[in-house]
Amino acid sequence: MGKKQAGTGPLSRRPDNSAFKQQRLPAWSPSLTPQTVLPTFYILSLVCLLLGIWLLITVEYTYELKVDYTDAGTCEQCFNLRKHAIDSSTPCKCTVSFHVPKTFPRVSFQHDVVRLSARCLPQGDVFFYYGLRNFHQNLRRYMDSRDDAQMVGRKNNLKAPSSYCAPFDYDANGKPIAPCGAVANSMFNDSLTVMYNPTDGSKIQVPLYRKGIAWYTDKNVKFRNPPTNNTFSLQQAFEGTTRPLYWQRPVYELDDIDSNNNGFINDDLIVWMREAAFPNFKKLYGVLNRAQGPFTEGLPAGNYTLSINYNFPVEPFRGRKELVISMVTWFGGQNYFLPIAYLVTSGLILVTAVVLTTVFVKVGKKGKNMEE
Amino acid sequence: MLVPWRGGWNPRSKSPGQALEEERHVRANDRDYNERFSYADNRIKTAKYNVFTFLPINLFEQFQRFANAYFLVLLILQLIPEISSLSWFTTIVPLVLVLAITAVKDFYRTLSVSSLCCLQADLLLLSSSEPYGLCYIETAELDGETNLKVRQALTVTSDLGDDVAKLADFSGEVICEPPNNKLDKFTGTLCWKDNKYSLDNEKMLLRGCVLRNTEWCFGLVIFAGTSLQFSSMKYDEIFLVFFQIFGFLICMGIILAIGNTIWEQKVGSDFWEYLQWKELTINAVFSGFLTFWSYIIILNTVVPISLYVSVEVLRLGHSYFINWDRRMYYSRKDTPAEARTTTLNEELGQVEFIFSDKTGTLTQNIMVFNKCSINGKTYGTLEHFLLYIHTDKWKTPCVDFSFNPLMDRKFRFHDSSLVEAIKLEEPLVQEFFRLLALCHTIMPEERNEGELVYQAQSPDEGALVTAARNFGFVFRSRTPETITLYEMGQAVTYQLLAILDFNNVRKRMSVIVRNPKGQLKLYSKGADTILFDRLDPSNEELMFTTSEHLNEFAGEGLRTLALAYKDLDEDVFDEWMKKLLFASTALDNREEKLGALYEEIEQRMLLLGATAIEDKLQEGVPETIACLTLANIKIWVLTGDKLETAMNIGYSCNMTAKEKIMGPSKDKFSSGLDMEKTELYSSDSVFEETIIAEYALIINGHSLVKSSILVDVACLCKTVICCRVTPLQKALVVELIKRHKRAVTLAIGDGANDVSMIKTAHIGVGISGQEGMQAVLASDYSFAQFRYLQRLLLVHGRWSYHRMCNFLCYFFYKNFAFTLVHFWYGFLCGFSAQTVYDQWFITLFNIVYTSLPVLAMGLFDQVSLQYSLRFPNLYRPGQLNQLFNKRKFFTCTLQGVCTSFILFFIPYGAFMTAVRDDGAHISDQQAFAVTIATSLVIVVSVQIGLDTNYWTAVNHFFIWGSLAVYFAILFAMHSDGIFTIFPNQFPFIGKNINGYIGSL
Repeated sequence: MGKKQAGTGPLSRRPDNSAFKQQRLPAWSPSLTPQTVLPTFYILSLVCLLLGIWLLITVEYTYELKVDYTDAGTCEQCFNLRKHAIDSSTPCKCTVSFHVPKTFPRVSFQHDVVRLSARCLPQGDVFFYYGLRNFHQNLRRYMDSRDDAQMVGRKNNLKAPSSYCAPFDYDANGKPIAPCGAVANSMFNDSLTVMYNPTDGSKIQVPLYRKGIAWYTDKNVKFRNPPTNNTFSLQQAFEGTTRPLYWQRPVYELDDIDSNNNGFINDDLIVWMREAAFPNFKKLYGVLNRAQGPFTEGLPAGNYTLSINYNFPVEPFRGRKELVISMVTWFGGQNYFLPIAYLVTSGLILVTAVVLTTVFVKVGKKGKNMEE
Repeated sequence: MLVPWRGGWNPRSKSPGQALEEERHVRANDRDYNERFSYADNRIKTAKYNVFTFLPINLFEQFQRFANAYFLVLLILQLIPEISSLSWFTTIVPLVLVLAITAVKDFYRTLSVSSLCCLQADLLLLSSSEPYGLCYIETAELDGETNLKVRQALTVTSDLGDDVAKLADFSGEVICEPPNNKLDKFTGTLCWKDNKYSLDNEKMLLRGCVLRNTEWCFGLVIFAGTSLQFSSMKYDEIFLVFFQIFGFLICMGIILAIGNTIWEQKVGSDFWEYLQWKELTINAVFSGFLTFWSYIIILNTVVPISLYVSVEVLRLGHSYFINWDRRMYYSRKDTPAEARTTTLNEELGQVEFIFSDKTGTLTQNIMVFNKCSINGKTYGTLEHFLLYIHTDKWKTPCVDFSFNPLMDRKFRFHDSSLVEAIKLEEPLVQEFFRLLALCHTIMPEERNEGELVYQAQSPDEGALVTAARNFGFVFRSRTPETITLYEMGQAVTYQLLAILDFNNVRKRMSVIVRNPKGQLKLYSKGADTILFDRLDPSNEELMFTTSEHLNEFAGEGLRTLALAYKDLDEDVFDEWMKKLLFASTALDNREEKLGALYEEIEQRMLLLGATAIEDKLQEGVPETIACLTLANIKIWVLTGDKLETAMNIGYSCNMTAKEKIMGPSKDKFSSGLDMEKTELYSSDSVFEETIIAEYALIINGHSLVKSSILVDVACLCKTVICCRVTPLQKALVVELIKRHKRAVTLAIGDGANDVSMIKTAHIGVGISGQEGMQAVLASDYSFAQFRYLQRLLLVHGRWSYHRMCNFLCYFFYKNFAFTLVHFWYGFLCGFSAQTVYDQWFITLFNIVYTSLPVLAMGLFDQVSLQYSLRFPNLYRPGQLNQLFNKRKFFTCTLQGVCTSFILFFIPYGAFMTAVRDDGAHISDQQAFAVTIATSLVIVVSVQIGLDTNYWTAVNHFFIWGSLAVYFAILFAMHSDGIFTIFPNQFPFIGKNINGYIGSL
């Protein structure tokens, strides 16, 4: 271990007198004294309290509505029909009606504080989600069962899906599946239509933006179609592949309205492919189009009917399906957890601070040996 | 264990599966014959590897280490797709790093080849350069005795001389006992030319002996083989922790595997439609089994490989700090301190027992003839002994020896009355110095006229002969039959008739000489107790005065010898000489017969006086011992010296309170032997000092038997001095304490006789800068002065211990916080071994994001230097292992578990329903992972900030740098800022401060 220096002479092996080697580097030694620690505690407590209150007010302002349509209304027969994922050939439609008690996102401001914090909120945007319960998108082997290389449109991977996709990589005839894997195979394929029933008896379809619901990077970086041009259509690009087992239509025909929304860059597919972290989750279905009609201010209160193309089976895994209508603030959707967490933390810190102060006042000032 | 194994040197040769070797046959120059027995050979490979075999052999050896093998198994598990929950690179990147670092270290070591210093096999002496096939050896490595020993070849073989042709024709066959551990006995026979010759230990040169005063010798190798390491049980504390964590890991794996089995049965089976891995999931138990291994892979980051690398780096760093410390550099000998092992630095902060050699460690091993008592009159300065040590100045002027052209200029004496006496030619004074000049085993070397150098086996003898030289009795030359002195300038040649050797039992040495006048004289010097028993009764009065003087000398810490002479009758001597010749050719019990003969003639001697030699203490020894005692370190002195000397050193080192021990000791030591024997132990001699205020135990070497009572008694005492201990007993004492007290022991010594002790203790310290290197080579740390021990323990040891403990606490905290998130997630993802973080984060967390700040803390953190030295009491927590014990470990892992819990469930609660402000859902796996990862990195960075006491620029750079690197990599990997970082990090930090302050 010894450091042998080349020089000779009487003191040739003397260690250098550098601050580093002699462990005398200049340093700042903070010492935690009651004078510094206690104020920190009180300040932290206060900060958390204020944050908590602010978030709580914000959350109070937002609200969301859930419509479970698994077997509600006329959907019961569809529910029974779809006992197995594989029985997807026969179409099944059903409707569920629900009531929106308050206009989204208008609320009456009772307090100045609320009004103040609401002023900086985006006005009027209403989001429609589909929610699934007890669907484990977070199983390891399920999550792995996808081929990102195929999804960015690499030609080689398109025809030769990754082995991670097995057994959803090739169909019974040995044709490669695009998109391969269990994730894509189990894509949510109900289509939802919401009708507004004003008191005058008319029916107005709630207009939804069904595009632009995916993350920018997903839409533009992570998911690409195989190269096409004017003469070489998307369908041709996907030639030689087959659709996933449970799908009714191939990937290049997912959106029959907008042909640019087909293939791997289909918004619904992208949203689905972003796997949820928990077994109960919701995924964005559409955003309210406030261009016209009664919807310019948001979603008016009143009665609505939800009509569903019921395809996605949930019975096998005892799951539920629901439509979630929500408004969003700067801080996200309706979520009481975070403000409460802040308030609890604030309380805990305060209690600790008070206890420490008591200890300090009673013991600390007398004993000089606090360093120990 | 510690017993040097003669011969085969390999205990495995006595493994039960193999038939015991009952006797050994060796035929000279007959390779074919010898190979039939497959005895161990002594081929010495200087290097374990060569360039081509280095990589495979080194890798093989590395994988034999438990930890490395463990990680290799993990790696193999990861290659099984059904189990693999992480990509292979998460393990292989750090593993390759570890292997590479270790391999480089090993390669570096291979390059430094140890030198050969002594015999490498047990030899039967055939012939030598000296007459009669004599051969002088030193056996310090074997038994610590530094005096020369003589070995003599059989006459038949010594005639072979150095004639290689004759030697090559030598075809004797040796039949002897198999390899054993008896160093002092050997039985065998040599068959050659139809004659049988008996062989004994006198004809053997044992492995480890060093040839002295002999140019060459030829021998027949009887036993050879690889040497048995004096293996010390230096265990690794971290290894124990490792096993605990390993158990914890298995428990978590089992819990999750059971969870998986149940989940698969209750829930997962409904999911087949979407997964369709029927071949596996159909059997929930099998799935659980696979899950177990998957979780082992994921959760293994609680003991990441980077821990090993980091610990190695830290230890290396601490060792370098020791090497670099100027305050442990001894400029006079240009010797810096050296940490020779890197693994023990933190144990330096936990030492409870120090076992110190005396000579050369506490003392300088410079003997100075200080005082003497001649015929009832003392000479030498009367100043208090302790005064010399502290002031190192003599009050009285030095004696002028200029009358003597052959004097040694370095010699100092401070009482001119002795010179007066010499000049007055007082016969007894002359006789006194004549004795000193004649009775010894020193070899003189006269390079130039008048420039005498004495080759002394023991420095005591050197001091005495040098004293005689300066007082005008110059020992000039020696032949086997004569000794020539220059007595006051006159050359006088004495005929040397017999040398009655010194040994440990006799404790005296005598010579019989015929002076030029034809008178026969026996001169004897030895331990006072021994000599006083053999004096002429007429000497009684002188004996009492001398004995008083001796006690005075001893009380001042001087080493004393009594001197006596005797005039011999021609007839008596002739008869005795015949008996001696007869006895020296005896085949059995020669030793005893000789001893009896010596005893016979060494009777009724006339007392001349006594000498007192000062054994100079090293600098700062008393202060260091005082300071270490304050630090509650028990210091035991183990010395081969006799009781009185050992006690003296006790006084002079402040180890025993002077006033208190002096009184009772005198009475007790004269009669104490028998009394104490019956009182405490029935079989052994024990001397015990029981003084109410302070206890000092002084034990004889023989009583050091595995008695646990001894340990109990000894540990009650503040000071323990073991005298008359052999090197093996030194090791036994250390072993005894190690076994009974479970305390960290440190042994410090300088000579070959301390090697066994140094190797037995947890920490071995060698005093370097001396001539011998054996102790240094065997040691873990070496420096030039005993007083550096204070800095090594109280500063380096304490710091290393604090640093390592803080490091480990933080490391386990960090990795539990990091890893257990997966455990919590298991309950939500169907126990499917899905990781929370993305794989690159798992790979980089321990080696990039969080490794450097904790390394910086482990290297640079300091606990106040001034306090360390001013209040040695601060060393106590280390001895009690208060900073990293099971409880502490539990606390920091618990903190880690809580942190992981908060880190997981607060984002979980927040994400349950969370959406982004543009409406897109963010409860997806990736956003969740990134949030937790970011929170984790911030939280552990805050924690390291709180743990760091001493913020150097490096700490700042590493902590802020790590955070910066994390965010840089994060944004590089998720280029558009796919999420807004949730403000939910703040609560965790707050809670952490809570937890931290709370645990203060």
